[in-house]
Amino acid sequence: MRTASHLRVGDQPWVKWSLISLALTLVGLLLVVPLVAIFAQAFSGGLQTYVANLTDYYTLRAIGLTLFVAALTVPINLVFGVFLAWLVTRFEFPGRKLLITLIDIPFAVSPVVAGLLYLLLYGSNGWLGGWLMDQDIQLMFSWPGILMVTVFVTCPFVARELIPLMQQQGREEEEAGVTLGASGWQLFRRVTLPNIQWALIYGVVLTNARAVGEFGAVSVVSGNIRGETNTLPLHVELLYQDYNVVGAFTSASLLAGIALLTLLVKSFIEWRQMRQRAALSEEEV
Amino acid sequence: MKLAKQVKTLAAALALGFSAAQAQAADQSLLNSSYDIARELFASYNEHFADYWKNKTGQTVEIRQSHGGSSRQAQAIIQGLRADVVTYNQVTDVDVLHERGNLLPADWREQLPNASSPYYSTMAYLVRKGNPKNIQNWDDLAREDVSSVFPNPKTSGNGRYTYLAAYGYAQQVFGDDQAAIDAFVRTFLNRVAVFDTGGRGATTTFVERGIGDVLLTFESEVNNIIAEYPDHGFEVVVPKVSFLAEFPVAVVERHAERNGNLELARAYLEELYSEDAQRLLAGFNYRVHNETVQAEFADQFPPLELLTIEQIAGSWESAMTEHFANGGKLDQLQRR
Repeated sequence: MRTASHLRVGDQPWVKWSLISLALTLVGLLLVVPLVAIFAQAFSGGLQTYVANLTDYYTLRAIGLTLFVAALTVPINLVFGVFLAWLVTRFEFPGRKLLITLIDIPFAVSPVVAGLLYLLLYGSNGWLGGWLMDQDIQLMFSWPGILMVTVFVTCPFVARELIPLMQQQGREEEEAGVTLGASGWQLFRRVTLPNIQWALIYGVVLTNARAVGEFGAVSVVSGNIRGETNTLPLHVELLYQDYNVVGAFTSASLLAGIALLTLLVKSFIEWRQMRQRAALSEEEV
Repeated sequence: MKLAKQVKTLAAALALGFSAAQAQAADQSLLNSSYDIARELFASYNEHFADYWKNKTGQTVEIRQSHGGSSRQAQAIIQGLRADVVTYNQVTDVDVLHERGNLLPADWREQLPNASSPYYSTMAYLVRKGNPKNIQNWDDLAREDVSSVFPNPKTSGNGRYTYLAAYGYAQQVFGDDQAAIDAFVRTFLNRVAVFDTGGRGATTTFVERGIGDVLLTFESEVNNIIAEYPDHGFEVVVPKVSFLAEFPVAVVERHAERNGNLELARAYLEELYSEDAQRLLAGFNYRVHNETVQAEFADQFPPLELLTIEQIAGSWESAMTEHFANGGKLDQLQRR
């Protein structure tokens, strides 16, 4: 196929190797070194200090709150995402395209702006805030506010994963199910869900990762009450401001650990999806 | 619906666990909105106060703390954070609570002794090991071979105090000669190596990046930095003249009343003036008014002349408009 006169860019070994080493150096400097540094700093005081920092009352409360918010955010956005993806891929209605675009707003908007929007709406000087205050309902500066902004920031993930897949799969299988007399719930359980399950899990993993790590939006509505409205990412900053560098990196190492775990699960799911697709195309042949 | 049910039970269990842990068995609960670096100080004082309150009334009290940049903290209260008391490092941030939220009376500074400032500090220098440039006073900071680090007066209260301290020193030296004052402060600002946005950033610049010969910050903070980086051998220099940095406290009356905490909130702040509490504050490197405690800590706090904001600029209000507003004195003197 190829002759000496048709050398492409990068065919010469020195070009290839210098490009590879450049890429590796950049990846090392930008990704690997900071990641290693987090753990190195976290353990710089020895294992005992690490455990002591980890079991500090306020750190435990921050972990608890973060997990609590994520545990509520994920199911909410799971249901919302599936519902939305189903709606826009299975039905034709005016404004459908617009809806698909609107889903992406939380991606496009800076999280800090999202937080401020919620504050302006629900804060005591806000449109709804005054009324809420009269009813003695505290949304902002307490966990419901944190949950609200987290749901907002993470709401596109599940839908974004499902929409392309469901568009690609089409609705033939579901229509077949309907003609065979399946109820809506049966249809979803037996036909739709098995088809989208891996994309769904992927969406959930991403939602969870973001919900755990969200800083900007949460920091606006948190109120920074220690042990009460302080999430893990906020706790990292707070410890750092307090000159407790090792403590800050200890909490950061937890977040980094979650990130690594997310990547692992993500790779596994991608591998599963690839096998599934390969099996599918074999069947078709 | 098995899955949905499981999810529901899980969420309920989590919510229960979380809120149960939250509602610790205290008779009363108080929320203190405070500035960034005061966590350990108030962790310690809250313990003291809880004991005191228990002895006095027999009731247990849980004090919750919110820490952050004090301007942002004040903003959160205006937006609905229901703090009972504020303990800040800037008078203007408490004023804002009256001006924009009408949450406390205009005369809040007259409600407690010493203009509602139970402790105070001043701007001090952190110099490198052995003080190689022999930095002792403000005129050393205008020397050509000295470069200094402090946060930007535009964005940081810390930086504002530093600027005012240098300005006040110049007023003392040059008297009515406004041109000489301006020239001195202009040189002083010219010697700044890096203007970080906040106190923590300035510390990182000085300590970890090794920039500058001197870091200017609160005297209380300087000692924390030395403790945090014991290997660097940093030294503290307290100039002969500096700025009186007040740490104002106030009851956020509207919120405290709503929370049914008015009496408790007042007692919480009044107790800060007791001898035991003042000793505790001095232990955190803050200067206090109690004379017995002053005598005990005399070695730690060298005497110096403290200039008030009234002496330097008349009031905080005029300081903000004349010096720190856009196009004000600070902007003029920074133009190179």
